[in-house]
Formats: sequence, C-alpha cells, structure tokens
Amino acid sequence: MSERRTIFPGWRLPLLLLAPQLLLTALFFLWPAAGAIEASLMRGDPFGLSARFVGLDNFTELFTDPLYLAAVGRTLLFCGAVSLLSLGLALVLAVLADSAIRGRAFYRTALIWPYAVAPVIAAVVWILLLHPQIGALPPLLSRLGIVWDYRLDGTQAMITVILASAWKQVSYNFIFFLAGLQSIPAAIVEAARMDGAGPLRRFWTILFPLLAPTTGFLVTVNIAYSAFETFGTIEALTQGGPAQATQTLVVKVYRDGVVNLDLGASSAQSVVLMAGVMLLTLLQFRLLRRRGDAI
Amino acid sequence: MNRRHLLAGAAALTAAAALPAAFAAPARAQDRPVVTFWHAMSGPLGEEVKKVCDAFNAAQSAVTVAPVFKGTYGETMTAAIAAFRAGQAPHLVQVFEVGTGSMLGAGPAVRQVWQLAQETGIAFDPAAYMPAVRSYYSLPDGSMAAMPFNSSTPVMWLNADLFERAGLDPAAPPATWQEVAAAADALKTKASAKVAMTTAWPTWVMMENFGALHDLPYATKANGFEGLDAELVFNAPPYVAQIQRLLDMAKAGTFTYGGRGAAGDQIFPVGETGLSFNSSAVRAAFSRDAKFRFAAALLPYDPSVRASPNNSIIGGASLWTMTAPRRTPAEYKAVADFLKFISQPDSDARWSKATGYVPVTLAGAGLSLAQGYYARTPGADIAIRQLNRGAVTENSKGLRLGRLPEIRTIIEEEFEAALQGRQGAQAALDSAVARGNKVLREFEKSMRG
Repeated sequence: MSERRTIFPGWRLPLLLLAPQLLLTALFFLWPAAGAIEASLMRGDPFGLSARFVGLDNFTELFTDPLYLAAVGRTLLFCGAVSLLSLGLALVLAVLADSAIRGRAFYRTALIWPYAVAPVIAAVVWILLLHPQIGALPPLLSRLGIVWDYRLDGTQAMITVILASAWKQVSYNFIFFLAGLQSIPAAIVEAARMDGAGPLRRFWTILFPLLAPTTGFLVTVNIAYSAFETFGTIEALTQGGPAQATQTLVVKVYRDGVVNLDLGASSAQSVVLMAGVMLLTLLQFRLLRRRGDAI
Repeated sequence: MNRRHLLAGAAALTAAAALPAAFAAPARAQDRPVVTFWHAMSGPLGEEVKKVCDAFNAAQSAVTVAPVFKGTYGETMTAAIAAFRAGQAPHLVQVFEVGTGSMLGAGPAVRQVWQLAQETGIAFDPAAYMPAVRSYYSLPDGSMAAMPFNSSTPVMWLNADLFERAGLDPAAPPATWQEVAAAADALKTKASAKVAMTTAWPTWVMMENFGALHDLPYATKANGFEGLDAELVFNAPPYVAQIQRLLDMAKAGTFTYGGRGAAGDQIFPVGETGLSFNSSAVRAAFSRDAKFRFAAALLPYDPSVRASPNNSIIGGASLWTMTAPRRTPAEYKAVADFLKFISQPDSDARWSKATGYVPVTLAGAGLSLAQGYYARTPGADIAIRQLNRGAVTENSKGLRLGRLPEIRTIIEEEFEAALQGRQGAQAALDSAVARGNKVLREFEKSMRG
C-alpha cells in the first residue's frame, strides 16, 4: 500500500508550524535538562556563591551509596506493582464495561472520575481510609487480627502508597482499554462465540492478543507514571517513610534537592532518571514500530 | 434621567480617574518603599505576624513592611534561597532554628545583625535577649547573627483528667524519666488511656534536648559552634539508654510513635493521650481544640545521668536580613528599624502572649510578668523557667550544624527502623551518626567550595 505524501514547498512554513512546539521543548526541557547536567558535575553551597567542578564525583557517590541502590530496587518493585495492579484492574473493568450491561454509560463515567483527582487529594482520601488512629479501615483490620500502622510498618506503608497510586491510574488505563476493545471488530468475537468459545477463552485467545498494542503502550506509560507522577501521593502519605520504606527515586530527588538543598547530588539523580526515561522511550518506539503502526 | 445626563456622568467619571496621578499618590500608603518579609506562619500565627507588621507600619511613615506567607519553614527557606540566586531575595526571611547553620554559611547573601548594626548605626544589645535564645543565633564571640523572633522549647503536656483517673496528681507531674515511665504505666493500666505517652518532634525532644538537659555533647567542636569539621557523637551510652527506654515503653504499649516532625501534634488534643511531648507554642492550638483539662510541665530528666537538669534548647525561628543587587542603605536601615521595633518590650510581650511563643527579650518577659499574665495563665511560664534552668553550657546553648533538618530526619528514620524491631538502640544511633557525619562532610565540602 503506497502512502500519499504531502510535500510542502520550502522550509519556512514547516518551521513556523513547528516553532511553538520546538520553543516549548527548548524552554521546558532542553534548558532545564542542561542546567541539571551542569549542576550534577558541580559541588556548591545552596546559595550558589561558590561552585566547583567535581567531575563525576556526585555520580560515584550515588552509585556507592547503599541507600541509593536500595531506592533503585524499591522503585522497580513499586513501579512493577503499581503498573500490574492498575493495568490488571483496568482491564477487568474495561472488559466488564464493554459487555452489554444495564447502566453501562454510568459505570464508564464513574470509572473515569478518579483521574481528575489531584494526587494530594487522593492521598488525603487514602489517609482517611487507612490512618491508624482516625482511619475507617484499621478497626475492621484489627478484627481480623491485623495491627495496622503504615507509619511504622514499612511493608504496610508500601502497600498503602501502591494502592493509592494504582487507584489513580486505573481510570486512564480503563479509557484506553475500553477504546481498544471497541476497535476490535465484533464479527471476530461473534464468530468465536458461534464456534463455541466461552468468555474466558474468547478473552485470552482473541481480545487479549488483539489488545497487545494498547497494552504495550500502557505498560510504558504506567511505568513512567509510577516512577514520576506518584511523587505527590507518596509525599502526602508517607514522605518516603517509615525509615525510607517508600522512598522512591523521585521522592529522593525532591528530598535531597528541595528539602536538603544538596543540589549536586539531586541533579546527579535527576540525570540518572532522565537517562532511564530516554531508555524507556526508546524501547517503546522500537516495540511499537515492530508491531507496525497499530497506534 | 436621560441619555445626556448619563453621558455627562460618564465623562465626569473618566475625568476624575484621569486626574494627575501625582495628586492622589502621596496619600496612599502603598507608595512608600516596601520591605518584603517572607514568613512561614500559617493560620492564626500568620494573622499575628500581620498585626506586628501593621503596628510597625502605623508607627512610622518611611516604609511599609509587607509580610508574605511562603509555606512551611523548609519551603520558605528554599524559596528565599532560590530568590537570592535570581537576585530577588526578600529583605527579611524567617528561618527555622535548624537552618541557622546553613544561613551562617551564606556569606554575602545575608547581613548578620551585627553587620546591619554597624552599617546602619542602629545598635542592638545582645544582653537584652534571653540567653538560651540569643546563644542559638550568635557567633562564638557573642555577636548576634540573626534576630530572635518566635522561640519555643519542648515541654511535657499532660491530660489532667486522665491523670486523676490513673490516681496521679496533675499538680505534681513526673519529674524524672523513671517517674514518667511509672506514670505512663498507670495511665495505661488504671486510666486505660489509648495512648499513654507520645511525642511530636522526636529528634528535637528526645535527642537534642535530652543532650542539652543532661549537659551531653551532641557533636564535637562545641556542638559545631567552633568549626565546620564537627562530628556527631550522640551514640554515647546515655543517649542509647534514652532510646532504649522509648523502645522498651513502645514494646510495653506505653509509648506510641506519632510520626516525624510535627506529625505527633494531632494526637494529644483528641483526649485519649495521657502524656505528650511537644513545643510550648502549641498552647494556643491545644486551648482551642482540647475538650479536657491539660497542663504543661518541665521536661523530665534522668538523675542517673545528671543530678540536676540544665536549660533546654529552643526551637522556632529567627529573622535573617538578606541581600540583593541594587538594595539601598535606606532599605537596610528600614529593616534594622523593624528589627528594633519587634524587640521593644511591649511588642515582644504582645507577640508572645498572642502566640504562645516565649518572649525573646528579658524586658518583654518582665513586662508580661508585671502585667500579671503568668499569674492568670498558669503554666505559660513553664517554657521560660525551663529555658533558664541551670546555666547555659557549651552543650546546652544549641546546635550549629549544617543541614541539620536532614540529620533530624535521619535520626527519625533510624528510630523508626528500631521501633519496627529491625535494629537495637545502639545500632540505630551508630547508623544515624555515620549517616549524619556523611551529611556534615558534604556540607563542609560545599562550604569550602
């Protein structure tokens, strides 16, 4: 199949049309990124009165710091759990909302709501649910013999931030899965049904494979979400505690840079994170290209 | 009314608005030069800051001091530093006591009080300020670096109702840690208090002030006052014993950890807590929220460490004068005038009575006393009495360590790990010392450029 190509004459108009985006990228990405790279190679006081070039000192310190390496592992675990949970839940909900049920429109709308909730507000909702002294759930848990105090129990704290973060992302995933499901021709599903395939079999052999491009895209987006955008939720819920049990990389960047004013170390961590995102994006493009232009 | 009248009216209004600006301007207070004052006092405390500024603005006609709320202490300090880097620093910024070490390293970014006095000719007498307050913000030679503003100190808060139910006398509060442990036991068993004892600001109360009260060094080099190369030493046996005591009490269910920093604030006013350690400045909030009788008492001490306790150290914040390009001598003079104004006895006394912070000047405390404030408000003098217990020593005049907020968090993290049962008291403090020293070395390197 040959594509119809539209060729603009000259280069002025294309450049003009691209200019706003290029300007935004330069202003909000290239410039600060260059600043971060510069700061990651320096050691200075917070006031910027003295700064000395220290080469890769900040990076060496980072990668010899067991607490940083622990944060890397913790972040991987956190991202994996959040992505798995929010994708799994969203997929189940999307499949259910896609089937012919009464009040379908209502469920669809209701499921999209949490996406509009600001991270800190989401955190407050979860605090009201899970606070050991004033929360709604701990009394029920204690009846089951579970002593709930996420401010002191690292595992419980991790569960809390994973739940809160995953809950917020379910809506987003739901929309994409639902759109993905609706783009699957009904004829295929119906043909399978006539051949006698049950709902589970239809899901695993038809829907799930056909959703693969959507899933692939969402996995990347979710990993990026859980690595970066969960900062507000974690900071409001646990501030990375107890004893660093919920300190992910982006929380650590904030702690070291904004709270502790150690700009060199914080910038070095930002640069490492930036490299991580670039790698992730590259993988995503490769993956999508291999699957053809499905999206 | 017809259309012509309307038009005429509109024309007249336009003319009035277009009157030469010079005609109206001098009458407006906003056109006086503005001195910006960034602070971190939210809610009722922010209102009080505004009252102080309004009083100063009414008392003179040269400048207008404009208070601006910039968030928490940490956020305010970060904002001020960012503003300085952009050449837009406020004239005055309120910095919490633990930020003092970092601000002292700020060199030309700030004008210390003694420099300001020299430049403007407006003198400040250090002897006018309360010793335990002044020493925290002074250089080793005694000259003042920052202006004391809102100072508090941790005290022990007790729920008098629960105390009586436990068969304890709230008028004779426990004075030693041994008595505190026994009282907490009684509160749990006899009064079935949901929380027998808790604390806000675990590091400030249980470590920094424990050291001051018992005259124990927290760090070498006179707690950092005498050099950037200070090393933390709070893993000595008495500190370990104190943490062990808290761990034991937690295990016995008589101590409930309330979280880092101010997180423990919310627990006591609910009424199910017998004993709480918190800043003396929460009095106003407790008076508003608590539906039970409560009282403040002196911090307990451990007689096996020291026979009689020393003064406690302060918390709260001080005011720093910041510099910016093209800032005029007149502006610095206005700042000095304002600092002088808030140090006046009546201003200081009014501020302290309205907020619950201790008066920072001796004359301010004297004025409140003469006005009968402490007789009317029993317990309001606890903080002052405690700040003046014993004599100020090298170990009780405060801490002068860079990045101290970070070190506080490190201690709380290690304490949390110990409460989880993942390590003992000694291991927790050893690890906190090692991590804290690393932070101090980083700070030292960054200061030496």
